Amino acid sequence: MEKMPKWADVILVPVVSLLLAAIISVIVFWSVGQNPWEAIKLMAFGAVGTSDFLGYTLFYATNFIFTGLAVAVAFHASLFNIGGEGQVLVGGLGAAIVCLFIPWPHWTLALLAGGAAAAVFGALWVTIPAYLQARRGSHIVITTIMFNFMASGLLVYMLSDALRPAGQMQTATAIFPEATHLPSLNDIAGLFGSELFGRSPVNISIFIALLACVGVWLLIWHTRLGYQIRAFGQSESAAKYAGISAVNITMIALLISGALAGMMAVNNTMGINTPQLVDNAAGGAGFIGIAVALMGRNHPVGIIIAALLFGALYQGGAELSAATSIPVQIVVVIQALVIMFTGALDQMVRSPIEGLFMRFSSKAVKE
Amino acid sequence: MDFFTIVQLGDASIRMAIPLLLACLAGLFSERAGIFDIGLEGKMLAAAFLSAAVSFASGSVWVGLLAGIGISIALSIVHGLASITFRGNQLISGVAINFFAAGLTVVIAQGWFAQGGRTPSLSGAARFDGIDFPGALTRVREKMQASPGMQFYSEFVSGHSILVYIGLLSVPLTWWILYRTRFGLRLRAVGEAPEAVDTAGISVVGLRYSAVIICGILCGIAGAYLSTAVQAGFTKDMTANRGFIALAALIFAKWRPWYALGACLLFGLFFAIDNRFQNIQLQVLWIMVILIGASAAMVLYAIKREKIDVIVLGGLSAVLTVIALATWVGSTGEEAGLVAALFETVKVPSQLIQSLPYLFVVIVLAGFVGKAIPPRAGGQPYVKER
Repeated sequence: MEKMPKWADVILVPVVSLLLAAIISVIVFWSVGQNPWEAIKLMAFGAVGTSDFLGYTLFYATNFIFTGLAVAVAFHASLFNIGGEGQVLVGGLGAAIVCLFIPWPHWTLALLAGGAAAAVFGALWVTIPAYLQARRGSHIVITTIMFNFMASGLLVYMLSDALRPAGQMQTATAIFPEATHLPSLNDIAGLFGSELFGRSPVNISIFIALLACVGVWLLIWHTRLGYQIRAFGQSESAAKYAGISAVNITMIALLISGALAGMMAVNNTMGINTPQLVDNAAGGAGFIGIAVALMGRNHPVGIIIAALLFGALYQGGAELSAATSIPVQIVVVIQALVIMFTGALDQMVRSPIEGLFMRFSSKAVKE
Repeated sequence: MDFFTIVQLGDASIRMAIPLLLACLAGLFSERAGIFDIGLEGKMLAAAFLSAAVSFASGSVWVGLLAGIGISIALSIVHGLASITFRGNQLISGVAINFFAAGLTVVIAQGWFAQGGRTPSLSGAARFDGIDFPGALTRVREKMQASPGMQFYSEFVSGHSILVYIGLLSVPLTWWILYRTRFGLRLRAVGEAPEAVDTAGISVVGLRYSAVIICGILCGIAGAYLSTAVQAGFTKDMTANRGFIALAALIFAKWRPWYALGACLLFGLFFAIDNRFQNIQLQVLWIMVILIGASAAMVLYAIKREKIDVIVLGGLSAVLTVIALATWVGSTGEEAGLVAALFETVKVPSQLIQSLPYLFVVIVLAGFVGKAIPPRAGGQPYVKER
């Protein structure tokens, strides 16, 4: 059977899926009495209209790159890590503990240590689900969902008890010491006398996210381990015959996935304007990672594009809800539609396009 | 704890268990037919919203119930399209449905009623009220002074809304459909060996669609129960993870109806205890026994097995042991020495109590206590042989 060209698979199919999601979103806007065109204009302005807004978009995109990569690495091993949300929260605990209890002389050291702690805590939080999947066959989807709920319980407990300074009303940690605060891109722009990105929290962890993309790309396509992960994901039984240990690959893929999700916590604890760990710090980023990975076809480049798009959507949605009576949950609806069309209904979009290409190519052969 | 408290706790457990039970049976039909459904939560939520909204608009709760069932079936059919017709990933489709419902209910509720994502409060005929059986006492004070039998009858048996009794009756009904009808036999077969069903000339697609539609009906009732019987109206995210706990109960029940009732009552009891007793104290000695006992069991299990078991389970038991010792040392005070500290009581964090159902699920899934084996063809789309 002939296949359609690669560009159609990589670009056309996602774009058509997005269009379908957009059409349904327009119907939703319309049904709550909002002019869709006005809403889209407001969202676009809210996402990139000013230097501040652009900064926020990039800040959210940083989050989604991490969680998108986390989901993608697990997907390559044909595992569905839906626990990114919990891993981000626990990663945040790691970063907070390192920043609060060790006096760091400079932010570079704090970044290294905080990033490492966040990654380790994130990986630890997925260890038990990974182990149960690898050794006991317990379904990773259900166990990671359960671990998400437990993570939010753990976080609330830690933030209202152990990590909350006496006399503070907010369920959050103390504000981290000045030395651990990561420089924002605005600070960097300031060195060149520019006011770019205004008061937005986008900070140097966006470069860590891009480095992570390169790392994942190298890992998946240019190392033996990555080859094993992909082989295992394609066919578990074939991988076993090739001498690849199912237990090891399951564990390693999920631990890397958890570590990537955990590292997002650097951005949303040490990177924000008042660096601290707050309740519900992940804000759904763990779940948006699913949509990002699906839309980005599990490839780092695709993930960066999808993360920028969702960053814009998230920020634009926040501005839209500030300007109109539409609640921010509109973003969740659009996210769901993207997951549906690019993930579950992929075949519905793909087969007509494939059919079209086949018809054209068979015509070309006849002529 | 007197008898009346126990009866009240039982009563609360039932009320908490019904939405879980309906969702659990919904999942049972779907998964027995080979369609995984983690979208139970979303369907319940959508049904909760629409049944409250339509009840409010029409003034009749029955119309509302129908609307709730309708939207739930519609979402089920979307799930069916994705997982049966287009052979997509069933888990991803379920995730999408959950988010879709979570977002859309709030957006539409705000658009229609402008009350911050809620529906207006329901009253009168727009709500399911409790049905008082003949002779049952209704006032709390009268009940407290009545005989134990009367307390049981008035509080536990009587006074629930009709959906509670429908929920309880759906257990034997499910059992009867699954194990005593031809449809049920085929439904179970299509989840185990769809190719055999297909060979026998029965439509795999038809059976699976009817299973997801039944799933939709039950989720619809569960959602309507939450917003029109338990509470008087819809509030944002009101299902509060019940769809996932129902899935857990389904696994715990090993996909069997009567066991599902047991599992849901147990989880209902967890919730009832959590609601009623805000401050649960436990003696340090018991904490030590539970945590160190669990650690010892894990180490014993791991020690004869592979390196990975030793690392993971050993690490986990080390963590538990540290928590146990920290609790012990932490409760020593000026007058209490190490030994006396064992008999001190400490408050169990409420977050831990609320996490118990989830923890319980993980333990069940781990399969150390009776292995749960899902239907064999679960989660796999069926491709007809050519």
